[in-house]
Order: sequence, then C-alpha cells, then structure tokens
Amino acid sequence: MTLLSAAATLTLVLYALSAIVTLLRLFRGPRAQDRVVALDFIFMVAMLVLLVLAIRYDSAMYFEAALLMALFGFVSSAALAKFLLRGEVIE
Amino acid sequence: MIVVEALVSLLLVFSGVVVFSSALGLWRLPDFFMRMHAPALLYTVGTWSVTLASILHFSFATGSLALHVWLIIVLLSITAPVTTVLLARAALFRGRQAGEALPEPLASSPAEGPVTGPASKQ
Repeated sequence: MTLLSAAATLTLVLYALSAIVTLLRLFRGPRAQDRVVALDFIFMVAMLVLLVLAIRYDSAMYFEAALLMALFGFVSSAALAKFLLRGEVIE
Repeated sequence: MIVVEALVSLLLVFSGVVVFSSALGLWRLPDFFMRMHAPALLYTVGTWSVTLASILHFSFATGSLALHVWLIIVLLSITAPVTTVLLARAALFRGRQAGEALPEPLASSPAEGPVTGPASKQ
C-alpha cells in the first residue's frame, strides 16, 4: 500500500464520516432550509469523493462527473431555495 | 517523485480534516444563520486543496500541465455565493412569516420594503 493510496483511503473515510454527520442534520433539521443546506453539503462532499477517486485510480474520467455534480448541486439547491421563497419554482 | 506524492497526500488529508470539521459545524451550531457559515469552509479550503492535489498529481503523472480541474473552483466560486444568498433570503422570508426571532438588520442598510411573497402577490 503506497503512501498516496493510504492517504486517499483516510480522506475517503473522513468524507464518509462527514457525510454521515450531515445526514443526521438532514434528518433532524428543524426547518426546511436546514435540510436544503445539508443536501447541498452532501452534494459537494460527493463531488470531492469523485475528485479523490480520480487521484486514487489515476483516471481522468472522474473529472466530468465531478463537474456535472457541482453543476447539478447548484441547480438543485437554487431551485429548492426558490421553492422555499415563492412556493413554486417556475412562475 | 516521492516529494510530489507526499505533498498530494498531505493536501488530501488536510481537505478531509477540513471537510469533517465543516460537517461538525453544520451539526453543532445552534442557529440556521450560524449554521449557514459552516459549508463555506468546504466550498473554499476543502475544494481548493483537493483541486491543487489533483493538478499536482496529474501534472507530474502526464508530464504536462493539467489545469482542467481548475474549472471546478471557478464554477464553485461563482455558484456558492448565489446559493447562500438565495437560501438566506428564503430563511429570512420564512422566519418572518412564522414570526420567529430573526437577526437584526444592519444599521447602515436601507430600510426593507414590505414583505413580498405569495401572500402579497395576489
């Protein structure tokens, strides 16, 4: 086990722990906006997981998936915030 | 090569620690408006260090400069403030409608107009 793969494993474990903690906030969150923040956070953690996997497996194919994930995370949380603000997404 | 590998590993583990502390902030802070500050750590430091690690690793693995991962930083630095402002406005609006205690408006900011929303639109 090389240094890099050990570090990638440790980083992935830390990411998994933070995703679990955020999942608790997602279930607990007293208001809907807390849940939206937690969902956005989990999206970004998943994007970082893809970037770390790209380094771990030395493949450039993960980059597009990470980019799409960042993009869809933004679109979904913007749409959810608009829904919380106005009651509908497209008026 | 071992120096680059050690640097990449250090950046990765640093981002893992930063993201975990950001998640702990999201869990432990008492108020929504305080809690909104915790993901900023992930958006800035966490993503920057993973991206720098990725650029270093792929640049030294392929022998040419691999800057395409930079796009993610550019995208996030555009979209993260927009999401934050939208969510803050949504939380203010919903808190005002529910009659909760909200943070005071800044003293130097102009007076807020009437509350707009589905109720006052018709």
